[in-house]
Amino acid sequence: MKAVGFLMLLAGWFLVLSAIVLFAAPALRGGFVCVGIAVEAVGMVLAFRAHLIPREDRR
Amino acid sequence: MASSPISEISMLACIFFILLVPFAAAGLALMNVGLGRSRSAGHMMMASLCALAVAALAYFVCGFAWQGSVSGAGHSLVLSGKSWNWIAAEPLFFRKFTFDGSITSLTAWFQMMCVGLAALIPLGSGADRWRLRAICLSTGMLAAVTYPLFAHWVWGGGWLAQLGVNYGIGRGFLDAGGAGTIQVVGGLTALAVTWILGPRRGKYAADGMAPAIPGHNSVLVLFGCILALIGWTGINSAGAVLFTGAEASAAPLIAINTMLSAAASALSAAFITKVRFGKPDASLTANGWVGGLVASSASCAFVSPAEALVIGSIAGTVITFSIEWFELKMEVDDPGGSISVHAVGGICGLLALGVFGQFQRPVMNVAADSVAAATNVTAAGQWLAQLIGVATLLGFVLPVTYGANLLLNRFYPYRVSIEGERQGMDLHELGAGAYPEFVTHTDEFLPR
Repeated sequence: MKAVGFLMLLAGWFLVLSAIVLFAAPALRGGFVCVGIAVEAVGMVLAFRAHLIPREDRR
Repeated sequence: MASSPISEISMLACIFFILLVPFAAAGLALMNVGLGRSRSAGHMMMASLCALAVAALAYFVCGFAWQGSVSGAGHSLVLSGKSWNWIAAEPLFFRKFTFDGSITSLTAWFQMMCVGLAALIPLGSGADRWRLRAICLSTGMLAAVTYPLFAHWVWGGGWLAQLGVNYGIGRGFLDAGGAGTIQVVGGLTALAVTWILGPRRGKYAADGMAPAIPGHNSVLVLFGCILALIGWTGINSAGAVLFTGAEASAAPLIAINTMLSAAASALSAAFITKVRFGKPDASLTANGWVGGLVASSASCAFVSPAEALVIGSIAGTVITFSIEWFELKMEVDDPGGSISVHAVGGICGLLALGVFGQFQRPVMNVAADSVAAATNVTAAGQWLAQLIGVATLLGFVLPVTYGANLLLNRFYPYRVSIEGERQGMDLHELGAGAYPEFVTHTDEFLPR
């Protein structure tokens, strides 16, 4: 889950970069950037969940 | 090396502003010490000094070569006919460099201070368990690779600064005082380090409770806040002159905005903690103060004092809840609150510039070296440029920082041994306590 989270962060960033290059219309570009950030948000959630402390490791 | 011209008065003002920057470092160091345990106080101060030293050396060796300046050489990719400048190509060790008071030479000096400040941020998160040599390794990586790369994109004429020129997105990513370049980069490094280190022993009990481990000296913490204000005034003013083309005469507005943002943020934090817990919390109020300073950095030269007040209030509120959310919900043990204060506060500041930024007067984005940006006085698209910058910090800087620190951790484990943590970092790593006359309490390590 940790690796998937970080890969999604990178994937979201690439979506943002793609939006800059591929779309000229501000609305379309803005929308695509927001989609990229949404993917990053999912990646952050996964990264945080992967770092929750297992019950057996609590001391 | 070619350099951009700068008036004599701006040069003198910049020199004065840069001389204030070490106060910010002193303030952060004192806060980190005060928010940690007494048995690790000397270690924290020693680590702060070592981090500043390693950062300066790493920046001298290759940091500046990869960060560069607007007028310097760089490597570019060409995508659909547009140049994407992604890294500088200056000589290592400041070779072929003229120290003549130009923007380039002032930038190099200013950045050497700033990279040290960024290196201090993760220390607060790794307090009481991060080994000294591991701190030096991580700092070297930050100052040599992560920081220069992102700083080049923003302040060295890189692709983020050129978003306005190349794609008509606002004036490109703007960050006058380093809310993203210094604070968010440092804050995300703090998050990566905290994930790798894990929590302090006794922080998360088997029964699901997360007892508070209070800092040992609130006087140091609050005094650090005052020092930080002086330093931040210098950072914001110097950054605005060097990277956004602001005149030295803008310094009073920048100083007032910085102060108001910090004040509103600290009072918001004090009010929220008073309402929720019955009494204002000193450490959260201090974190709110610094969070307000952080949030003020990006937009200090582009907003009115009233807007700075609003930005500070929002930052103080968000940071106060964020600290609790990270600690209790996400189980991120961050003794200094560095992640919330610097990463979350910095992101608040960057986005606030997109929302509140006023460009009534021609403001030249020096980083993009663009006459077009100077004459364009509308703020359209600036929010998108800021959003792209934040996406880059989360989507690129965080994974790269985490991966690099994970790799270093494999070769040289970051975390101190159980015995060392129980004994305290002072005795274990330095051989002497910071307060030899104090009684050491060990009751929190008794079996539960």
